[in-house]
Amino acid sequence: MTTTRDVSATTPAASAVEVRGLRTVLNGKVIFDGIDLDIARGRVTAIMGPSGTGKTTLLRHVTGQLAPDAGSVRVDGENVPTLSRAKLFALREKIGYLFQNSALLTDFTVFENVAFPLRQHLRLPEELVRTIVLTRLQAVGLRGAAHLMPAELSGGMARRVALARAIVRDPSLMIYDEPFVGLDPIALNQVLKLIRTLNDTLGITSILVAHEFAAVRRVADHVYLIAGGKVAAQGHPDELAERDSPWTRQFFGGEADGPVPFQYPARDYATDLGFPEARR
Amino acid sequence: MTQSKRSFQIGSGLFILLGFAALAYLATQTTSLANYRQGDTYVVKARFSNIGQLKLRAPIKIAGVRIGSVQSIALDDKALDAVVELAIDTRFAALPDDSAAAIFTSGLLGDQYVGIQPGGSPDVLKNGDEIVLTQSSMQLEDLIGKFLVGGDSKTPAKTDGAEASPQP
Amino acid sequence: MSLPRRPSVVAESLAQLGSAGLFLFGILAAIPRSLRHFQETVRQVWFVGAMSLVIVMTCGLFVGMVLSLQLYYTLSIFGGTAALGTVVALSLFRELGPVVTALLFAGRAGTSVTAEIGLMRATDQLSAMEMMAVDPMAYVVAPRFIAGILAMPLLVCVFNALGILGAHLVGVSWLGLDNGTFWGNMTASVDVWKDVVNGVVKSTVFGAVIALIATFQGYTTPPTSEGVAYATTRTVVSSSIVVLALDFVMTAFLM
Repeated sequence: MTTTRDVSATTPAASAVEVRGLRTVLNGKVIFDGIDLDIARGRVTAIMGPSGTGKTTLLRHVTGQLAPDAGSVRVDGENVPTLSRAKLFALREKIGYLFQNSALLTDFTVFENVAFPLRQHLRLPEELVRTIVLTRLQAVGLRGAAHLMPAELSGGMARRVALARAIVRDPSLMIYDEPFVGLDPIALNQVLKLIRTLNDTLGITSILVAHEFAAVRRVADHVYLIAGGKVAAQGHPDELAERDSPWTRQFFGGEADGPVPFQYPARDYATDLGFPEARR
Repeated sequence: MTQSKRSFQIGSGLFILLGFAALAYLATQTTSLANYRQGDTYVVKARFSNIGQLKLRAPIKIAGVRIGSVQSIALDDKALDAVVELAIDTRFAALPDDSAAAIFTSGLLGDQYVGIQPGGSPDVLKNGDEIVLTQSSMQLEDLIGKFLVGGDSKTPAKTDGAEASPQP
Repeated sequence: MSLPRRPSVVAESLAQLGSAGLFLFGILAAIPRSLRHFQETVRQVWFVGAMSLVIVMTCGLFVGMVLSLQLYYTLSIFGGTAALGTVVALSLFRELGPVVTALLFAGRAGTSVTAEIGLMRATDQLSAMEMMAVDPMAYVVAPRFIAGILAMPLLVCVFNALGILGAHLVGVSWLGLDNGTFWGNMTASVDVWKDVVNGVVKSTVFGAVIALIATFQGYTTPPTSEGVAYATTRTVVSSSIVVLALDFVMTAFLM
C-alpha cells in the first residue's frame, strides 16, 4: 500500500485512473477479459462501446461499487477493490458522479440536493453553504430554480442540477454516466459546454461514458472503444473516426450489422422455423 | 427548509407526546394503578374474625364510592382475629366514630372490599382509632349451608362486635 | 428449450430469511452512524408515526365500539355485563391493540417505506448517496427502522386509549351500563405490568419486525416499477404473517 502511494506521489502527472488486467464475469457472462486503461489526469476521456459491453460496470469498478474478479483499478494510486469501506468513502468524496437518470433526492429542493454533500460531510456555516450552492447553481444556470422540487424539473434541468451537486465539493475526478441520453439538442449542447468548461477551468479529470459519437467528438481528448470484453480501439476521436477497422466503422459509422451482430446468438433460423431439410 | 425541518420536529414531538399521554392514561386510569393513588390518608383499625379473600390495597367504600384502601392485614396473636388497617383519604375525614365496617364481595364472584356504614355520632374517627362495629366476610359456603338447613337466612348476619363471637 | 432450473421454494425462502437476518445486522451496525442523521430520524417518526395516527385512531375507536357491543350482548346472557370494561380492556391491551395496530401499521407505514426506498433504489438515489460517500444504511434505512420501533408502541397506546373510549361510549352512554361499574371493574383487574406493559413490549417487537421487513423489501427490490409493486405487496403479506406468528409465540412465552 505504501509503495503504491510512493509511486503515485513521484509521478503525479501520470494517469488519474489506471486499470490493469481487469476481468469481470457477471452471471456467467464475461464482461471484461483483461482490459488495460489509462485515464489521463486533467483530460476528458470517453469510454464508448455497444450497449451491454459493460461501460457502466467499468464505472462501478472505478468507484468501488463492484469488485472485479481479477485485475487492479487504481484511482490516484489507490487500488480500489482492496480498500476498506472507510477509505473507499474517503476516496469517493473526491469523485463527482453524474448519474444517467440524475438521481436527485426526491424529498429535497434543488438547493438542498446540491447542498446535500456539504451538509453530510462538512459542518459549514449556513451562509457559506448558501454561497457555495448558489455559485454551483449559477455555473449550471439554474440559480433561479433553487426552490423547485426535482419533480418540477425537466430532464435536462435535472441533469444540470445533478451536475451542480456532483461538483459542489470540487472533485478531482468527474464521472459522467451517459450524460447525453434523452436530452434535446439544446440541453445536450448545454451539458456538453458545461463538461468542457469544468474541465478547462478547474482541470478536473473526466471520464465520460456515452454512445453519441458526434457529441463525444466535440468534448473528448481521448476515446476508448470497448467491445467484446476488450479494448477494440483507442485514440483521439478525430483519429479514430478516420481509422479503418470493422469495429470503428460499425460503431462510429453506425452500420446496423458488423462485428457487433444485429442478431442475438440463436439456433439456425430455418431450424427454428421448422424446416428440417434446411439442416442438411 | 429550516422552516419545514422545524415543523417536522414539532409534529414528531407532538406525536410522541400524544403517545406517551395515551400510555400514561392507560396505565393510570384503566389499571390497578388507579387504586394506588395515595393522597394524604389517615389510618383506622378494624378487627374481623374472618377476612375471607380480602387483599392488601383492596378498596374501602362508602355507598359504593371509594375512599381509601387496605393498608395492612395482621393477625392479633392474643385475640386470634385479623387486624386490618384502613388508609382513608383525608378528604373523607368526617366519618362518625360509630361507623361500621364490613367485608363485601363485589358481584357474586368478584374481589372483596371493605364497606363502611356511617353511624350517627357527632364525634369523628381520627388517625389510630378503631372501628368497633365490624362484620366479617360473608363466606359463600356458609351462606349455602344456611340456605340448605333453612336457618335464619332472613335476618342479617349478626354483627361481630369486638369480642368476635363465632358465626352460628 | 429447457428453462433454467428454478430454485426450490424452500431454498428461496431460506435465502430470503438469511439475507433479511444479515440486513438486520447491517442496520444494527449502521445505527451508531445514523445518530449523526438525527434530523432524518425525527422526520421519519413524523412520516411513519404521526401520519399513521388518523387510521389508527379511527380504527381504535371502532374496534372498541364493536368489541363493547358484541361483548355486551354475550355477557348479558350470563348476567355479567359488569365485566364489560375488564374484558374490553384486557382483550385490547393484550391482543387486539398490538395486533390490529401492527396490521394497520404494516399497511400504512410499511408499504410507504418499502415504496419509498424501492423508488430510491430504482431511481439510483441510493447509489447516488453511496457515491456521495453517504451510507444509505445509516441515512435511509436505520432512521426508518428506529422510527418504526419508536412509533409502534406509541400508536398502540393511542389505539388502546381510543378503544377504551369507544367501548365506554357504547357500553355506558348507549347501552346504559353504570359508569362506576365499567371503570371500577376494569381498574380492579387490569395490571400495569402484566397487561399494559406487556402489550407495549409486544408492539415494540412488532414495530421492529415490520420496519425490518419494509426496509429490507424496499432496499433489495429489483430496480423496476413492477419490482417496487411486488415488494410493496410482499411487505404487507410477510409483515402480517410474521406479526401473527410472533404474536402467538410471544403470548405463549410472556403469559
